[in-house]
Amino acid sequence: MSIFIDKSTRLVVQGITGRDGSFHAKQMIAYGTQVVAGVTPGKGGQQFEGSVPVFNTVAEAVRATEANTAVIYVPAAVAASAIFEAADASIALIVCITEGIPVLDMTKVLPYVRERGARLVGPNCPGLISPGQSKVGIIPGNICKPGRIGIVSRSGTLTYEIIHQLSTQGFGQSTCVGIGGDPLIGTNFIHCLAAFEADVETDAIVMVGEIGGTDEQEAAEFAKENVKKPVVGFIAGQTAPPGRRMGHAGAIISGSSGTAAEKMAAFEQAGIAVMKRPADVVPLLKEKL
Amino acid sequence: MNLHEYQARDILRRHGIPVPPGDVAATPAEARALAERLGGKVVVKAQVHAGGRGKAGGVKLANSAAEAETHARAIIGMKIKGLTVQKVLIAPTAEIASESYVGLIVDRASQRPVLMVSPAGGIDIEEVAARTPEKIQRLPVDPRYGLLPHQALSLGFFLYRDLKQARAAADIMQKLYTAAYSVGASLAEINPLVTTPDGSVQALDAKISIDDNELERRPDIAALRDLSAEAPEEVAARAAGLTFIKLDGFVGCCVNGAGLAMATMDLVKYYGGDPANFLDIGGSSNPQKVVAALRIITGDPHVKSILFNIFGGITRGDDVANGIVQATREFPLKVPIVIRLTGTNEREGIEILKRAGFSALSDMDEAVKQAVAAAKGKVA
Repeated sequence: MSIFIDKSTRLVVQGITGRDGSFHAKQMIAYGTQVVAGVTPGKGGQQFEGSVPVFNTVAEAVRATEANTAVIYVPAAVAASAIFEAADASIALIVCITEGIPVLDMTKVLPYVRERGARLVGPNCPGLISPGQSKVGIIPGNICKPGRIGIVSRSGTLTYEIIHQLSTQGFGQSTCVGIGGDPLIGTNFIHCLAAFEADVETDAIVMVGEIGGTDEQEAAEFAKENVKKPVVGFIAGQTAPPGRRMGHAGAIISGSSGTAAEKMAAFEQAGIAVMKRPADVVPLLKEKL
Repeated sequence: MNLHEYQARDILRRHGIPVPPGDVAATPAEARALAERLGGKVVVKAQVHAGGRGKAGGVKLANSAAEAETHARAIIGMKIKGLTVQKVLIAPTAEIASESYVGLIVDRASQRPVLMVSPAGGIDIEEVAARTPEKIQRLPVDPRYGLLPHQALSLGFFLYRDLKQARAAADIMQKLYTAAYSVGASLAEINPLVTTPDGSVQALDAKISIDDNELERRPDIAALRDLSAEAPEEVAARAAGLTFIKLDGFVGCCVNGAGLAMATMDLVKYYGGDPANFLDIGGSSNPQKVVAALRIITGDPHVKSILFNIFGGITRGDDVANGIVQATREFPLKVPIVIRLTGTNEREGIEILKRAGFSALSDMDEAVKQAVAAAKGKVA
């Protein structure tokens, strides 16, 4: 098993004819993801790579192909609109890779998606992969291995580093979820912890957080009460100066709040093993399992 | 992107919020002329993106236009926290009866815009929150309906007992809310919101931060960016499509991805070094970006070694390698370079580096250790 995506995932790619969309659609197809449709307004009726039908709207794609998951690669200026459209088309899982959606737009997108019962992962995220089953997003498939560790992370390449450490030392993954580096995101650590806790094929969870906000602290609190499986955590940005946005829109220490030290302390208090560096992930997991 | 006080005041004024008169001056003569027009008794305030302006001597009261000119001469060109003051705001000294705080933030926990008000104005709101949290009211607003009149009025009554003043404050809050959405602000504060002896309510000082993601669709707001208020290397980095933040250390870092870049800085510290910068070359790996990154890093005289940490996903190892080789043809690196390269097109990348006489590592810890040792003049 896995969380959020598996072999039954039927994917529609929004922006499939664009530069990023087409590149990653090919990669997802090669990985074995069921890419059932693409959407680019004005290109309805075309075929992508000779096998994937392209539609003008997400609603048409859903009617014709029963897609249940959407991944968004459209430019930032139209990405919020793409999320609204996917939610309106009854897509259950919407994954937004696009970086750069204004945060005030997200204040309107998030309640809209929630009220329609959909789950949004991202924006500004690498997506998800359930190794050996399905990949939705941009996480390189070749570094992953099927297995029993769940990963949830606010980062992209740092997640790849952690996956790489795990895969090369014999720990495969059930699902890796990149929840995104923005201040307002659809799926947070708590949602993923709860899903991994309920997943019978996940044995332990790795949480990769960073400076900014209090998501990790709240997740630690949640884990203490609700998660029986071992959790190992990392926080990036121990050397980040306050008041500066460290690449990710959400990675900023405001005043004295959102520091790495504060988050690491919250982890420790909740019984989450704290990694000092990415290479600690395997030794700590071995200790805990 | 942070706006200067005078820019924030302009935005509030345009949205109908009462702001006392005052304008910005770039020279002492302009300051004098403005002060004369405003009646002589004025405050001269440095316009710079740094807190603690007052303590640094960047805010001065003047009793005459001549004195305003003298103060402006002292303040313009002054350095506050490393930033040179280019302009001063000249505003009449106001008689103040009370000082409050009104601010709008985008709250990560409730995922909504939140209006915060406090009768304890004129000081840092974080300080109020830490010492007297009961003096702050927070209202999460449903962005689909905006700040409703009764909500604003109830916050107005939290600040003032007088109905007229409560209504005036409520009106200001609704206008501040509208202003924030119309300029794309991630933070909009009036601090202090004052009452004058004659009972009027006015925004005396304002701070607005714009969400960088809004700038593309708001060229008028993007044009307010003051490049002289930012570190020149950071301006150059942005122009090249890189995210760069200067730090105080001696190991120059060049990484793909923000999370990995932070983790790399942390690991430099872990192994006894000190990072000279945060640098994310981003997702797409144009060799030109790598050249620009190296130009910025080598421009810092404190850098004693350069560390590349590349985990290729969208970023391709051969592109990064080509960038490094090309950079060394354009300018000298001057200090040792340690390269960690793995992921997409790693083999091609390493081959390119080898042909140019560089070696590459595959392990992040090993690379960081070597870079720290090289910076300290040792061989790892």
